[in-house]
Amino acid sequence: MQKITTQKWPLPKDLFSIKKLPWEFFLILITVFVFILSAYASPYFLDPWNLSDATFNFVEKAIVALPLAMLIICRDIDLSVASIIALSSVAMGFAAQYGFNIPVIVIIGISVGMLCGLVNGAVVTHFEIPAIVVTIGTMSLFRGISYILLGDQVLKDYPEGFDYFGQGYIYWVFSFEFMLFLVATLFFYFLLHKTNFGRRCYAIGNNPTAAFYSGINVKRHRLLLFVIVGALAGVAAVLLTSRLGSTRPTIALGWELSIITMVVLGGVNIMGGAGTITGVFIAVFLMGIVTFGLGLLNVPGIVMSIIIGAMLISVIATPVLIKKFSQRKG
Amino acid sequence: MSQTPFYSLRGISKAFPGVKALDEVQLDLYPGEVMALIGENGAGKSTLVKTMTGIYQPDSGELKLAGESIHLATPDAARKLGITAIHQETVLFDELSVTENIFTGHHLTRGPLKMLDWRAMRSQCVKILADIEAQIDPDILLKHLSIGQRHMVAIARALSFDAKVVILDEPTAALSIYETQELYKIVEKLKSAGCAIMFISHKFDEVFAIADRYTVFRDGCFVDQGKIIDITQAQLVTMMVGRTVDQVYPKENIPLGSNVLKVANFSHPTEFNDLSFELRAGEILGFYGLVGAGRTELMQAIYGVSKITQGSIEVEGVSVIIHSPADAIKAGIVYVPEERQSQGVVLDLPIDQNITLPQLSKINKNGLLNQHSEYALADEYASRLRVKAPNWHEPVGNLSGGNQQKVVIAKWLATQPKVIILDEPTKGIDISSKAAVHSFMSELVKQGLAVIMVSSELPEVMGMSDRIIVMSEGLQVCEFNRADFNAEKIVSAASGGLNEKTIH
Repeated sequence: MQKITTQKWPLPKDLFSIKKLPWEFFLILITVFVFILSAYASPYFLDPWNLSDATFNFVEKAIVALPLAMLIICRDIDLSVASIIALSSVAMGFAAQYGFNIPVIVIIGISVGMLCGLVNGAVVTHFEIPAIVVTIGTMSLFRGISYILLGDQVLKDYPEGFDYFGQGYIYWVFSFEFMLFLVATLFFYFLLHKTNFGRRCYAIGNNPTAAFYSGINVKRHRLLLFVIVGALAGVAAVLLTSRLGSTRPTIALGWELSIITMVVLGGVNIMGGAGTITGVFIAVFLMGIVTFGLGLLNVPGIVMSIIIGAMLISVIATPVLIKKFSQRKG
Repeated sequence: MSQTPFYSLRGISKAFPGVKALDEVQLDLYPGEVMALIGENGAGKSTLVKTMTGIYQPDSGELKLAGESIHLATPDAARKLGITAIHQETVLFDELSVTENIFTGHHLTRGPLKMLDWRAMRSQCVKILADIEAQIDPDILLKHLSIGQRHMVAIARALSFDAKVVILDEPTAALSIYETQELYKIVEKLKSAGCAIMFISHKFDEVFAIADRYTVFRDGCFVDQGKIIDITQAQLVTMMVGRTVDQVYPKENIPLGSNVLKVANFSHPTEFNDLSFELRAGEILGFYGLVGAGRTELMQAIYGVSKITQGSIEVEGVSVIIHSPADAIKAGIVYVPEERQSQGVVLDLPIDQNITLPQLSKINKNGLLNQHSEYALADEYASRLRVKAPNWHEPVGNLSGGNQQKVVIAKWLATQPKVIILDEPTKGIDISSKAAVHSFMSELVKQGLAVIMVSSELPEVMGMSDRIIVMSEGLQVCEFNRADFNAEKIVSAASGGLNEKTIH
């Protein structure tokens, strides 16, 4: 047996970027295509302020999609994110009613999110119940609590200045929300691709048993991810509540599906083990541009959801089909 | 007793990449007789069973049933000819009733619409169960039955096909003594019904209790066959083992160091009871026993995977408490699992990331990945183990079984452990990788590591170990020092034939 010639680091290749490059490339291609198409179709599309306004429609969801991508890579899922946003918003509404100041309201909003995440994670990891089952349950539970607390009331006694998170601009057309999303993307990119924590996500997602046998505290890791998702749902609640200026129990209703769509469209394997933050980031823009472009063309909402659904399936099916055909040839 | 075989095989060969599993073997089953197939693990018994039942196609050779040459393209073809096998792990449906289990795949129907005739199936099920004197409710869900009862259901299922050839592949491995007696009765019934029966077992008392003839395989080759009344257990063992084992193994004599590991009174609720042993630096301690003897469960308990009811561990004289693999790794105990693909490696991750996985926080102290130091560490150990790969960025899933195993060992050596537990380290890997693993074991103990090796391959255990502990049914049966190694004694101890405790 001869010793193989080992190449020394740095090598140009990183497993995930090699494997996922075609996917992300593909996503960018579609995004650019849709962008150009929309620019041609509507004279209002390329207006910076219009584009900036359009980002408000998706950045709050996108901020939750980032940690959720990590959770899904770890073979878990959280369907209760939209309900967490609602409960967190309700908590902030009451905090505002009691006259707390802005920092306290924000801390309460994020803490409630984390607490909900902790509940999800604790039930999933401690009782070893599948995450999809637990979070379908808590989806109703958290939303239900919001309804009970609020009834048909509306909370809107937010202090002055609270509207900055959802409506303020940092510079020119760049809103606080959008910049926060960029910062969050960088943070999660770093967390997933550059840290021990991120590496463990891939190990657990690919083979939880081998990860456990390798001394990784799999349960604690998964629990922590649920808490992170909850925290970011809390952040999204702050942004959304601030933008709307009011809280109703129906706030963010149905968001979990668009958030999961962003994650899956971004190339994250729904069965776990693979996916990148870059992919999710591009998918967020693709969805945002499609929705905005179609909106400018006065395409009705129903047709829009048909288009997004078709896009999701075709984008997911394409790599599978390409693989199948290339195998048949080879 | 008939003198013409009912089902016979001639010149059967079957090769897998890197392994010749069967080499020109022959076998004859006679109607109304039980033929015991005897051989070590890896002798080719399972491959033969799969060839006989249409799961594998032989590369060459001929199968004859009742004098006619047959070709078994699928398991279904074999079943239609009345050839059926009952495996050690029965393949049945937990959520279906006993009746449904028995008739799945050949439901009885009636009427022009082919409606399922549950009444007919149930009454036939009752009849078959009565035939084998199994007291099982035909309507109960399978998941509520004991393992022994499941075997009865599997046998009933086999009978519902009008089986003429019945192959029992280690049917008693998971049965209690009482259930084994029940099984004997069924075998007698099948015999008197004229079935040709093949019986695979590692337990010689069973072979002598129910078999009429024997066939011995070794390393995929046919060794001998004959009538059971003409042979003794010692002769069978000699044929089974049949070679001098010392020459093949790179065993070196290493002076033993101080005590590294002390395991005391380890007990598990169901798998093993009251095991105690010590291990010294530079020593290879072999654990031998039959499948199901509790060896793997013991190792997993030491490693913190499964819980124990009592027991203590000392590493270098210091008592340690191990609740998880992380604790074990911290204490310097690492475990190379038997189930390499499901427990040992992360197939989609590259070699270097697999190797560094247990000690990410040690290499990357601030929590950030440092691919230079990671790659350097992986390079050091993967090169030492001579992992064959284009580079260390290759996903482990693209490697051969032997090289995957080397990655697992490299991963653990990189943590600089004190004790390394190897559970069936050469199971399912090719011969050259086997030799590499063995010579590496010698190298390890030379550097002062203590090695525990669990193996079901007797030559391997005898060839590499300084000491062998034999386990049987969860108990420590006896212990042999290298000078006293004796294949016959070890095998009969593992088969439960030797009940004296601790022979030195």
